[in-house]
Amino acid sequence: MERAAVLGRLTWRLAEVADIVAETARAATLVLEVDGWPGHRAGQHVDVRLTAEDGYQAQRSYSIASAPGERVLRLTVERLDDGEVSPYLVGELRRGDSIEIRGPVGGYFVWEPGAAQPVLLVAGGSGVVPLAAMLRRRLETGAATPMKLLYSSRAPADVIYANELEQLADVDGIDVIHTFTRSHPDGWEGYTRRIDAAMLAEVAWPASQGPAAFVCGPTRLVEAVADGLVAGGYPPASVRTERFGPTGG
Amino acid sequence: MSYVSRGFRGKRRDAPDDRGRVPPGQYLTDDFPVLSAGPTPRTPLEEWSFAITGEVDEPRSYSWDEFRALPTETITRDIHCVTKWSKLDTVWEGVPVSALLAGVETAAEYVVAFCDGGYTTNLPLEDVASGNAWIAHTYDGEPLDPEHGGPARLLVPHLYFWKSAKWVRGLALRNDDEPGFWENYGYHNYGDPWKEQRYWGD
Repeated sequence: MERAAVLGRLTWRLAEVADIVAETARAATLVLEVDGWPGHRAGQHVDVRLTAEDGYQAQRSYSIASAPGERVLRLTVERLDDGEVSPYLVGELRRGDSIEIRGPVGGYFVWEPGAAQPVLLVAGGSGVVPLAAMLRRRLETGAATPMKLLYSSRAPADVIYANELEQLADVDGIDVIHTFTRSHPDGWEGYTRRIDAAMLAEVAWPASQGPAAFVCGPTRLVEAVADGLVAGGYPPASVRTERFGPTGG
Repeated sequence: MSYVSRGFRGKRRDAPDDRGRVPPGQYLTDDFPVLSAGPTPRTPLEEWSFAITGEVDEPRSYSWDEFRALPTETITRDIHCVTKWSKLDTVWEGVPVSALLAGVETAAEYVVAFCDGGYTTNLPLEDVASGNAWIAHTYDGEPLDPEHGGPARLLVPHLYFWKSAKWVRGLALRNDDEPGFWENYGYHNYGDPWKEQRYWGD
């Protein structure tokens, strides 16, 4: 009985769409009101379930963008053109609609304030979503943990949370470093290539500082970054990864 | 009752023949997505071994050459990942776990698969000893890619794919059931995709 209470069952809950915020041409943030939301930790995700009139259902997982202390739950979803669920969430869904969600899910790819060790966040594309939740968590708790975000995008217009990241970069102890792999603004003096070992050597906290790394993006980026960090002396156990494949969405 | 999503039709990509092969909540993909919690380990084959340990009278250990000298089977199975994708008719070659356990004296009822990188997953012994599990070293006719668990991974296709532990280095036989890596982080202890046992309490 008590064990069941501790473990808890992840039940489907109705989440009402309070707002939809366009982030880029393809990504939007769903602002959700969820009765009885049990709370989450920065980095976790939820399952979303859609049901058609004839009972057909589809499920996908999406990272939670909001910090645990926020009153609403926010999910940022990137629309995949051949996707099944994401084109509905980013395109069809309107304020006042509801979706079914259950979670939070996943307890490994999470950051908790308290640890003093510096944190390296490496994102590709919409992989920034759970990492942004960690930055927001740091901010809302007033933690002093040094955090660096290295964020790879195709072009400036593809940067999710662009304005917020610019403000975060002004916070003491937070650094945001962009790299643009396809096109960049005139006069841009930053990185213009895929993340590689040389870039990691310049950006990443030295392994001697005992940093924790969180890497989220497409498989190629995650593999390259995780390998590069390990080659640079990061113990494998200090590098946590999450993959965003462009499958199905 | 489920909430009907206004205007949602879905894509229903599965052909009629495939219905009945896709467990609830899953969708079909032709890709082979990579999911893992950390960096990909790369153990040289000369340092690789596969061990049968724990509650056994005599622990065993196979070098890579000894392991590869064992008779293999070609296995064609559908696989189902808890992150919702399913892939039909995947073709593997591997050594049946039942062959690795043949003649092992044990009273154990559970196993923990242990791996390079520290990953573990737990299963009832019966699920790996009864001809439904393999140590796979070949996928689609090629040596198993490190991203997909090479040089060898456990293959238990009747359970969600996190049970098919990548980079597997051995099985520890146990009298008690000890939750593995994801099983400790909220994922179901057994993981039957047809019962949609994704998370604790499912």
